[in-house]
Amino acid sequence: MADVQTSNPESNFAKAVKEGLVAAALALGLFLLIVGFRTDQNIRNELVLNQRWGLLAIFVLVAGFGRFFLTAYVTPWNAARAASKRAAVAKEAKEQSAFRKSFPRIGLALLFVYPFLVIAILAAYNGSLMGGLQGSLKYVDNFGIQILIYVMLAWGLNIVIGLAGLLDLGYVAFYAVGAYSYALLSSHFGLSFWLLLPMAGIFAALWGIVLGFPVLRLRGDYLAIVTLAFGEIIRLVLINWTVVTKGTFGISGIAKATLFGIPFTPGPGGFANLLGLPNSGVYYKVFLYYLILLLALLTAWVTIRLRRMPIGRAWEALREDEIACRSLGINTTTTKLTAFATGAMFGGFAGSFFAARQGFVSPESFVFLESAIILAIVVLGGMGSLVGIAIAAAVMIGGTELLRELEFLKHIFGNDFTPELYRMLLFGLAMIVVMVWKPRGFVGNREPSAFLHKRKLISSEFTKEGHG
Amino acid sequence: MAQNKALLSIENVETYYGNIRALSGVTVHADAGEIVTLIGANGAGKSTLMMTIFGMPRARTGRIIFDGKDITQLPAHEIARLRIAQSPEGRRIFPRMTVQENLQMGASLDKLEYFDEDVRKVFDLFPRLKERINQRGGTLSGGEQQMLAIGRALMARPRLLLLDEPSLGLAPLIIKHIFEAIKELNKTTGLTVFLVEQNAFGALKLADRGYVMVNGIVTMSGASKDLLANPEVRAAYLEGGRH
Repeated sequence: MADVQTSNPESNFAKAVKEGLVAAALALGLFLLIVGFRTDQNIRNELVLNQRWGLLAIFVLVAGFGRFFLTAYVTPWNAARAASKRAAVAKEAKEQSAFRKSFPRIGLALLFVYPFLVIAILAAYNGSLMGGLQGSLKYVDNFGIQILIYVMLAWGLNIVIGLAGLLDLGYVAFYAVGAYSYALLSSHFGLSFWLLLPMAGIFAALWGIVLGFPVLRLRGDYLAIVTLAFGEIIRLVLINWTVVTKGTFGISGIAKATLFGIPFTPGPGGFANLLGLPNSGVYYKVFLYYLILLLALLTAWVTIRLRRMPIGRAWEALREDEIACRSLGINTTTTKLTAFATGAMFGGFAGSFFAARQGFVSPESFVFLESAIILAIVVLGGMGSLVGIAIAAAVMIGGTELLRELEFLKHIFGNDFTPELYRMLLFGLAMIVVMVWKPRGFVGNREPSAFLHKRKLISSEFTKEGHG
Repeated sequence: MAQNKALLSIENVETYYGNIRALSGVTVHADAGEIVTLIGANGAGKSTLMMTIFGMPRARTGRIIFDGKDITQLPAHEIARLRIAQSPEGRRIFPRMTVQENLQMGASLDKLEYFDEDVRKVFDLFPRLKERINQRGGTLSGGEQQMLAIGRALMARPRLLLLDEPSLGLAPLIIKHIFEAIKELNKTTGLTVFLVEQNAFGALKLADRGYVMVNGIVTMSGASKDLLANPEVRAAYLEGGRH
């Protein structure tokens, strides 16, 4: 075990396989009796022996693969990191590893097949397609859609905070504007989702400009306070303007989105009927999944494009130094307003999607905590980094969803223990851990938008924390 | 009058920070093609004058005329569009952007059509920047940052270049290099340079004409060689301060 780190990847791989097998064998021996067999009492009060080969297999596989990955990847990676720290030469401009380069592409491909993967796995597990469809509801909706909404919101906020450096604590207001635009216009005028989606974005962008004007001269803490107040104002208006918004009761029965006019309803003319599929609520969820995935990707694409355009550069320059910007001929007023408007627009898109998905909106959904969570995702992911933010959203939102599942904790803390109640505590703890471990977020590197010969990452060692 | 052919003329300008007067009755001009320097001690108001030209802060009274146009009330970014570029106090380069991106920001006015040509000129002037092209601005040495600040200003194809203390905090050898670059630029392209400096000796050696500022008032002006010979100037700024 304590032998010298070998640089040869082949031998390292073989060693990892060997250690993985040993670990798996150890786990098998250890858990065979503890996990593999279980005695239960049946109705006649007899002890019966249950065999739990599946669970045992999971334990063994986790141990085996865990050891394998630890030896094959984590240890060399740690060693390399330590070595590079010792060397401390050429810290900046590290070449991107192949994994890093292809990571966004792999992730994207996974996201596109995710619903079908879930359905296929569950169908195989349950032995029927219907079982797969129904079982997948939770994974597609609670995990997939929920996470992607936050990915989109965080990417939208990233334009304001990560690129333009304007600390916005009231981002959820634009989310609310989008949601209520869709809810009100669709229930009063019966307009379709596809018409109202861009309209919701435009309304939110207009509100972004409305917020932008009074805060043009503010920066940092002062800007944060005003945007915080703006978010609260929108929420209070939604609560108190009962004639229009029905106050805390909210608006229910909001029309669902359609696939270019094909509704996702059971019965003739519906999606399932047209394609001759069994009736299920899953199609609508899968459709919503792809919709939010495309909306989120649109946000990412626009962000990437804008970063290479004069306006995106102006945003980044604004974040760095406002006075220098002005003396270089950049109109800081329009630059700030476009940042607010663009960020708000994506918040509005996400809001109208949210309303279509829930079928119900109320001011409850747009409290300050939402703004704080979105901001936390942006900061944890690394301001300005799309990949980092997506990872942070998956961890934070998926993590809190997972906490609902942790029934086994009841065995540890007793039956009164409800993991949901501790979500925020764990949320906060996770944030502290990440901030101690990586103060600039998961991906603290800023990729230059202009480069001479090859793209190089800018090490987070040299990037300052946001001072917007 | 001299004002007629002056590229930049500052007439009777007064600037306030709140109620505190930072500049009083300042009248300064720079003719096309010359290097003019404004020397003075810390807190004399040199940088304030530099920023007043850019409308940050705005002059409360008086006029600032650039190429026959009154720019006193223009917003900063429109002043920059008239091809006045500056290397501001403290350099103010974008620390997280690379050298190349910083230079691109300097060329914000032109949609990058002259970019390659202008970058080459900047690199001819400061070869060090070329070696550092993919390095982040914040990781450059002080001298390189100053070169970058001047280079970024030049990317805007300026008609008037404002330099605020380019020698601040730099080693004498680097200062010499930067001053030589400014001189060469002026000689080869006829660029008008308005230089604010505490390093009076170096600035007066470089410039054609000079102004001396004390407590927001221009107390002396004249050809550089006259100022260099002036006993008062020598006593206040040069004796003991010579490098």
